[in-house]
Amino acid sequence: MLSRIGLVLGACLSLIVCGCGRQAGTSLTVAGSTAFQPFAEKLAEQFMAKHPDVNITVQGGGSALGIQSARSGVAQIGMADLVELPPEARELLGVTVARDGITIIVNPANTLTDLSLEQIRGIFQGAIKNWKEVGGADHPVRVVSREAGSGTRSSFETIIGGITLAKAAIIQDSNGTIRETVANDRDAVGYLSHGLLNAKVKAMRTDGVECTEKEIVSGRYKLVRPVFLLVQPPLAGAAKDFVDYILSDEGQETIQRNGLLPAK
Amino acid sequence: MALAFTALASLLLIAIFIFKEGIPFIARVGFKDFLLSSDWRPQAGHFGIYPMIVASLLVTFGAMLVGAPLGIACAVFLNEFVSKPVTQIIKPTIELLAGIPSVVYGFIGVVVVAPLIRSQFGGPGLSMLCAALILGVMVLPTIISISTDVLASVPNAYREGALALGATRWQSVHMVILKAGRSGIVAAVILGMGRAIGETMAVIMVAGNTVQLPHSPLDSVCTLTAKIAMEMGSATGAHRQALFAIGVVLFLMIMMFNALAMTAIKKGFARK
Repeated sequence: MLSRIGLVLGACLSLIVCGCGRQAGTSLTVAGSTAFQPFAEKLAEQFMAKHPDVNITVQGGGSALGIQSARSGVAQIGMADLVELPPEARELLGVTVARDGITIIVNPANTLTDLSLEQIRGIFQGAIKNWKEVGGADHPVRVVSREAGSGTRSSFETIIGGITLAKAAIIQDSNGTIRETVANDRDAVGYLSHGLLNAKVKAMRTDGVECTEKEIVSGRYKLVRPVFLLVQPPLAGAAKDFVDYILSDEGQETIQRNGLLPAK
Repeated sequence: MALAFTALASLLLIAIFIFKEGIPFIARVGFKDFLLSSDWRPQAGHFGIYPMIVASLLVTFGAMLVGAPLGIACAVFLNEFVSKPVTQIIKPTIELLAGIPSVVYGFIGVVVVAPLIRSQFGGPGLSMLCAALILGVMVLPTIISISTDVLASVPNAYREGALALGATRWQSVHMVILKAGRSGIVAAVILGMGRAIGETMAVIMVAGNTVQLPHSPLDSVCTLTAKIAMEMGSATGAHRQALFAIGVVLFLMIMMFNALAMTAIKKGFARK
């Protein structure tokens, strides 16, 4: 029995040692936005297959953490999906590697199909309290939003323009729970990343434009945010190779195939 | 002994860490502006946690309204009205409730309880009422297992004495046995409160997390624990310190509950 445990432990140990052994070349840490994290992981995997001497570690933590760790040097590359980079990111070099649409969603039972930016602002600020004020049924509006510090929320509020979120808004801490809440509540309205839409909720047109890939690429759909990779200038070495790879046709295609939109 | 002290040391380390991060923040923002203001806008530099303190206390209180009568009744039933073998099946089953992950409770809250509240009473469904109901069930194992132990420790002579004096079974329960075990039962309820106020995952899922002073049980609220868990990932600078300061407030609240429970238990033993 004991020898078997020893064997397992030995196997684990040798695995760890082998794992470390791979770090012989350059190592690169990428951290930040949880929305872009799965894409970065996929891209890193493909990149490492081509460049066995480079080892890339991808971590989440959110856009704010991405900026912070790129500044402090904890990560060589920070990921942030914000429309407007905060002042502390000014010293960093930002490269747009992808874009993501933000879709306004309502319950499928809602009869409305279109909201103007003005109406969206009114609803999320709490000025419009009943669906009939925007041409819907006589039901109270239930606003669902993300938590303070979410990249999606800050992008949404920046694009719509100076929103002070309604005090009565329900807060959910992920795209998934926002979708679940709206899907379960006849009167709810929320927003989420375009790639995470499904049939349980109804996507709204904004200013008459549908949130589709085509409209986002054409620039007619307004609720779009860029995904930035942030590095301490100058961009060089392995970090530059990785960023270049993401911007290459192959990298951009990977991004598009998995639900985000290419940078250009 | 060294092992025993590691547990103690880790508690000490956690306490020191939370206080080191949190106390300077409270000192800087000011006691009043932190604890008694209702304005929580971290980006604008406003850190008022009053609505969250109220929400945490109300949700906990609500959970006790649900959990305490149920739990105590269940303990009385198990101790006084059914035979030993039945108790030995039911009690472990109830204790299994404690093993269900809180995320599962939260999920049930979201897909079953909240829609029910929304359709029956109106409001957003994700509300204080929903959180109190879910937490009320979550604290049952704590309350039941401690209360049954307390009731079992009431000397048999009390029961026999009461019955010999002509009391009915029910009279002997509520006039003698519950009175004898009162302090222990109070301790059970207070420990249950500690459990309820510290619960995070289930509450985030069912309470709606709106930072506001609730006007009715149907309003959605944000508790202290929910706030920390939701914003920890993206908070930096003063915002992050503010979350630690919330941790300090929670830490003190739970310490207080535990101290109350301890005194209740001690008092009980002193009387016997």
